[in-house]
Amino acid sequence: MQEGGRGSAEGKEGSVPVEGVAANGHLLAVSNLTKLFGSFAACNGIDLQIEQGEIHALLGENGAGKSTLVKMLFGVLAPTAGEILWQGQSVRIANPAAARKLGIGMVFQHFSLFEALTVAENIALSMDANISLAKVAEEASRLSHAYGLPLDPKAHVADLSVGERQRIEIVRALLQNPRLIILDEPTSVLTPQEADRLFETLYKLKAEGRSVLYISHRLEEVQRICDRATVLRHGKVTGACDPKAETPSSLARMMVGSDVAVVTAEGTSAKGQVQLEARHLTVPARTPFAVSLKNICLKVHAGEVLAIAGVAGNGQGELFDALSGEYPIADENAVQIRQRPVGSRNINARRLMGAGFVPEERHGHAAVSALPLSDNLVLARSRSDAKAFLGGGFLKIIRRDAVASATQRISEAMDVRKSGEDPPAGSLSGGNLQKFIVGRELDRQPSVLVVNQPTWGVDAGAASRIRQALVDLAKAGSAVLVISQDLDEIFEVATEIAVISDGRLSDPYPAKELSREKIGLLMGGMYGKTEGTEAAHAH
Amino acid sequence: MRIELEKRAKVSTLFSVLSPFIAFLLTIVFGGIMFALLGKNPVAALYSFFVEPLSEVWSLHELAIKAAPLIMIGVGLSVCFRSNNWNIGAEGQFIMGAIAGSILPVVFYDWQSPLVLPLMMLMGMLGGALFAAIPAFLKAHMNTNEILTSLMLVYVAQLFLDWLVRGPWRNPGGMNFPETRTFAVDAILPEMIASGRTHWGFAFAIIAAVLVWFMMRYTLKGFEISVLGQSERAGRFAGFSSRRMIWFSMLLSGAFAGLAGISEVSGAIQQLRPVISPGYGFTAIIVAFLGRLNPLGIVAAGLVLALTYLGGEAAQLSIGVSEKVTRVFQGLLLFFVLSCDTLIHYRIKLVFERLAATSTEGSR
Repeated sequence: MQEGGRGSAEGKEGSVPVEGVAANGHLLAVSNLTKLFGSFAACNGIDLQIEQGEIHALLGENGAGKSTLVKMLFGVLAPTAGEILWQGQSVRIANPAAARKLGIGMVFQHFSLFEALTVAENIALSMDANISLAKVAEEASRLSHAYGLPLDPKAHVADLSVGERQRIEIVRALLQNPRLIILDEPTSVLTPQEADRLFETLYKLKAEGRSVLYISHRLEEVQRICDRATVLRHGKVTGACDPKAETPSSLARMMVGSDVAVVTAEGTSAKGQVQLEARHLTVPARTPFAVSLKNICLKVHAGEVLAIAGVAGNGQGELFDALSGEYPIADENAVQIRQRPVGSRNINARRLMGAGFVPEERHGHAAVSALPLSDNLVLARSRSDAKAFLGGGFLKIIRRDAVASATQRISEAMDVRKSGEDPPAGSLSGGNLQKFIVGRELDRQPSVLVVNQPTWGVDAGAASRIRQALVDLAKAGSAVLVISQDLDEIFEVATEIAVISDGRLSDPYPAKELSREKIGLLMGGMYGKTEGTEAAHAH
Repeated sequence: MRIELEKRAKVSTLFSVLSPFIAFLLTIVFGGIMFALLGKNPVAALYSFFVEPLSEVWSLHELAIKAAPLIMIGVGLSVCFRSNNWNIGAEGQFIMGAIAGSILPVVFYDWQSPLVLPLMMLMGMLGGALFAAIPAFLKAHMNTNEILTSLMLVYVAQLFLDWLVRGPWRNPGGMNFPETRTFAVDAILPEMIASGRTHWGFAFAIIAAVLVWFMMRYTLKGFEISVLGQSERAGRFAGFSSRRMIWFSMLLSGAFAGLAGISEVSGAIQQLRPVISPGYGFTAIIVAFLGRLNPLGIVAAGLVLALTYLGGEAAQLSIGVSEKVTRVFQGLLLFFVLSCDTLIHYRIKLVFERLAATSTEGSR
């Protein structure tokens, strides 16, 4: 509120010119921009120019410095050194309100919305001035229709899909009438069809002379919609190019710095017995904002990788919880591991039957960040490897030597790069920690492995290593279930693909017979179209 | 202008170790300032507060007697706090332990046997544990906040004890004083060393500290405690039950507080009175944090806090300030321990908002 009052007071004297760009032509120019965290340079001497009316891609792997760069542009972080020129004039952007004042809008990857409030209320909360709710609703629905972003201002956010929530964020940014809109990985949460719709909006913005800074690591869409691209690696600019003139592999090389190993899934193994099965698995939502699972049936045979595609928040986490036994269910027969009913058994009972589990969230779920790697090994295997890791009878004394040598073995097998012998899990990069977490299960040679988002936020090198390990595990005769939002990943590893949407699972299809378009349709909800669900929200 | 706490990229190991000592030093400095403001000579006052009690054998025994319950309770609380269960009601569990343990010497005072003392200790532990079971049950099954329930139950225990010693348990031959009969010899915890009053309660405290240290350091149970304390979700992934941990940690700390209670009554007071604790159960919270939730650190911290009790009594006699300075010193100490820890993890940032200047400069 404090911010709002000040913003409106300033509006009179410091109004931003709506048209016209300074003599040198760049809308935004950044030179030698540097951000140090301690001695670590997250951004190191970045140069970047954005012209009026262009869609400019910012490409890079996780940890390349993309987010740090845009946070400096949006006033969330203060640069250590370097200059930002806005329409030819040097500016210091102290905070997001100042950025908005200049005409910079931003749509973050992680939305900041109150689920219990309506769309209009959420938008009103972020407005600088005190405008009536009715007016906000009116303006929001005008904008959303003008840009092809259908939204019902009275709908509660909790009832909306991720794609619709993103529209709220975009409308919120548009209400400020920005000259430059920054979008951080916008399609990571969208179905292919929803992404197409977003691109339409971006073209409209471009046609109006607005500029878009589009952050992504998806080469295909960057090539499709962006006019120019700037590639970052390790905090430095490694290339500025016209993405349409490049090939995906040349862009990938700029991003990664070397060629990424291709996952090979050749040499089909014979399908064995059913090792993991869900029979009419129905689980009510645990919290008001969780998704209920509805009559899910699936079978994973030995030697098979079943991948479950789907947009985030459609029941993937809940499905993982039910399969892993972190939240056991009453119906004993609904989950079967190696053809024995385990519905009400806990996670360790399932591990003892030969199953392994890799949850989505690394920090605070699959691993405790402050504890060393060896402790994080004990975390997943204290029961299943009690013979090797515990001694002293009922005292259950942890055998540090055995744990340490297993930690070493896993780190070597998965090429986990770490500082020191046994560093805290939190000090490892996302990719290295994930390699350890996956390796921790592979080391047991599980006959069933359930993995949720195996390479989420992981660098390309580590991702290809993890995917290859999953494929190899299946080839060796295990049943592997991969839950993923990443279609590229799914096509790399899967032998069968099913799609989850609103807690329902589609029939499985052989991976070779399924097109991306078909998956997209399934993701959008096979029980009624998108328009239908939107109408249902208008209450 | 506003003040922000910014998380430090790296936590200094050196200062993590030094933190309790810095806190203690700051407490002494500010205590000295307080004495000066009261018109006393700060050096002499601090001397009589912190040094005099250490200069004689009898007062060293008093120190051990006062440290025993602090260490015992603090060790139990460290398990609670490490597992993210905030038992603030150790004072009540201490009192209920003392009451349960006193059933034999007060109600069945005729029964004389070497079994009396061990039974008293066991019943004391049971009494404390059962009283801690109330907030444990409420948290595990009703999702209530254990900070509030355990704290409020302290007053229940205090008033229950008050009612007992004034009513049904009052000593029939005690001239109507609100006290129970004094314990028979069989019911009195003997002295440990010939030179003074220190009773076996001190040994219990040290043994408890070593056992819990061993559990935390080497066993799977200790691992479970620290995992569940840091991330319930990761604990669930490991197959640990946070609900069972609520029960385990609350019952354990309740039993320890109860044992401390009956040891104090049996070893030091030798009867029940309306007030049997100068706030040991609350002071033990400071002890637990000053000892960094490490059982061996808690032994040292217990001795330091015990000194503040003795110092308060000494200061009352020798320089004539209220014994309430004990509370002041304990409060200062807790304040500085917590602020040192905060500053180790966070850096203070003053944010001066120059929003107006920036954005007009930008568009000019």
